[in-house]
Amino acid sequence: MKNSSFLLDLTKCTGCRSCQVACKQWNELESEKTENRGTYQNPALLSDKTWTLIKYKEIEKQDGVHWFFTKVGCMHCEQPACVSVCPVGAFTKTESGAVVYNNKICIGCRYCMIACPFRIPTYEWQKAFPFIKKCTFCFDRQSESQVPACARACPTGAISFNTRSEMLKKAKGLISKYPDRYNPHIYGEKEVGGTSVMMLAPKGVDFTELGFPKLADRPLPVWTWKALRFVPSQIVVVSAVMGFFYWLTKRKMGKKGSKEVRNDD
Amino acid sequence: MTTKQDKIIGPGSIILIIIMALAVPVAAVRYIYGLGAITNLSDAYPWGFWISFDLFCGVALAAGAFVVAAVVDIFGGTTMKPLLRPAILTGFLGYILVGTALMVDLGQYQRIWYLTWNWNLHSPLFEVGWCVMLYLTVLALEFAPVVLEKFKLEVPLRILKRVSLVLIIAGITLSTMHQSSLGTMLLIMQDKLHPLWHTQILPILFLNTAIAVGIAMVIFESTITMKVFGRPAETEAQGNLAKGLPWVLGIYFVIRFVDLAAQGRVGLMFDGSRESIWFWLEMIVGVAIPFFYFLSKKVRSSTPAMFKGALLVLFGVIFNRFIVSLLGIRYPAGSSYVPHIMELMISAAIVSGGIMAFYLISRFFPVLSDEH
Repeated sequence: MKNSSFLLDLTKCTGCRSCQVACKQWNELESEKTENRGTYQNPALLSDKTWTLIKYKEIEKQDGVHWFFTKVGCMHCEQPACVSVCPVGAFTKTESGAVVYNNKICIGCRYCMIACPFRIPTYEWQKAFPFIKKCTFCFDRQSESQVPACARACPTGAISFNTRSEMLKKAKGLISKYPDRYNPHIYGEKEVGGTSVMMLAPKGVDFTELGFPKLADRPLPVWTWKALRFVPSQIVVVSAVMGFFYWLTKRKMGKKGSKEVRNDD
Repeated sequence: MTTKQDKIIGPGSIILIIIMALAVPVAAVRYIYGLGAITNLSDAYPWGFWISFDLFCGVALAAGAFVVAAVVDIFGGTTMKPLLRPAILTGFLGYILVGTALMVDLGQYQRIWYLTWNWNLHSPLFEVGWCVMLYLTVLALEFAPVVLEKFKLEVPLRILKRVSLVLIIAGITLSTMHQSSLGTMLLIMQDKLHPLWHTQILPILFLNTAIAVGIAMVIFESTITMKVFGRPAETEAQGNLAKGLPWVLGIYFVIRFVDLAAQGRVGLMFDGSRESIWFWLEMIVGVAIPFFYFLSKKVRSSTPAMFKGALLVLFGVIFNRFIVSLLGIRYPAGSSYVPHIMELMISAAIVSGGIMAFYLISRFFPVLSDEH
């Protein structure tokens, strides 16, 4: 499928973590030692061994405390910061919509981790030759016409999987059909130029409350490119100006009678 | 050296060697057990002290080489010529130190050369990497005559002299490119870097401050070198170079305020946040005070006075680089980072290696002024 996408309907998530477990199984990720921190959220954070994670949020509203569940993992941006900043081009936004990482050329600089607005890429801090780890959008399953493991495992239909335009249509349909149920903001529709993972939140709940960053619509790589595109002219202008001043200096020195400006000693 | 016949290994050298030796087992732990074993870096803080200090400060502090080369060789500032060779040596060693630090910091350090054929023209780091590789070559060739003179190798000397103008202009161009592109690198963090520092003109500000700190570093380094080698201070040359500082600092000051005003961010300077305090600390101590200080002719005719002023500029730019690459970035709630003592030990060892190399090379080759 071209340009595939997730629509995560957070109103349907029950926090069962089937997706989290399915991701571990399919990708053969090691288990992590967890501890009781007074929350269901375990492990605490994404890591090189946990590529998708259900986060549990308790939010106080006027009518009492509400319990919300969110799924975090790679958002598979339309114009990914990681793809643009990687000096060796180890990240690719594929036609299928997945942002994939090539560990054969990665030099381990971690610029992708710094650049990612969702702080998704993780690192193998305990390895002598570490790589970046993150959700692959199950591009291996997708290439066999299978839906990603997390979507397959979800028992409530909170994770739907289809083309981006279909998912957007579905999201908009749900919002207009159930205006009392959904927050009208589709997270990921426009954030940083749009993402392939989009989300619907319950009415009255802001995505920032759920722990998602508030982001501008402008894709982040625009910022760097607006500076980088001047580099070719910078080369020409700086070289020419330096050459011109050298010529000027030499002429002035010549008039004064001293022959050379350069190190001639 | 002709005059001094004292021992090569003094107490200073012994301290440097101890600092370097202490880092050897630390580095060994990193190469066996990974970055997690010697650093406090995490997924929340993927870049830490090394990137801020060794890379962002290191490259800026090495800017003296291109600034002095431009002033002396392009603009004809012949009075500052005595500062040229030490500045080029400082730059050359500086970039080697940056490379050494990356050999520890990069996860796949053995692949650093992959940059040569895996191109991503959209990556500022790709450009920085290429510029640094090329500039390191240029600096090596610019410094080579010092070694060739010592061994009286006339043929390569003549060849280098013939291409020297190309080298100088290439060196200046490459420097302006990567000094500014280090700023471009941080532009991607529009969502994370504090709005007092995140601005589209960050690359221009980076180049501007690199020139300022390049001059300051040359004053700093030449003052110490002359003292260590017991030579008369290069006060006149330093003073002439220092004339540029009020210009560079003044321009920075004006651009900074105009830019923030144009973006309607003046309020952020006065909101009482710790960032607003950092902002004024940088602008007053690192920019405004040295601006007025170096305007004075009395200051510019005294090496100790210029040395003090240079320290302020060094503080300002180092502080700035730490803010934009570490302190001024928004990190996930609940995460924290304080550099591990072993991270500091690695950086200290790298700096010690640079000082030791500078000392030995200056001692055995005609680097300092009255030898050539």
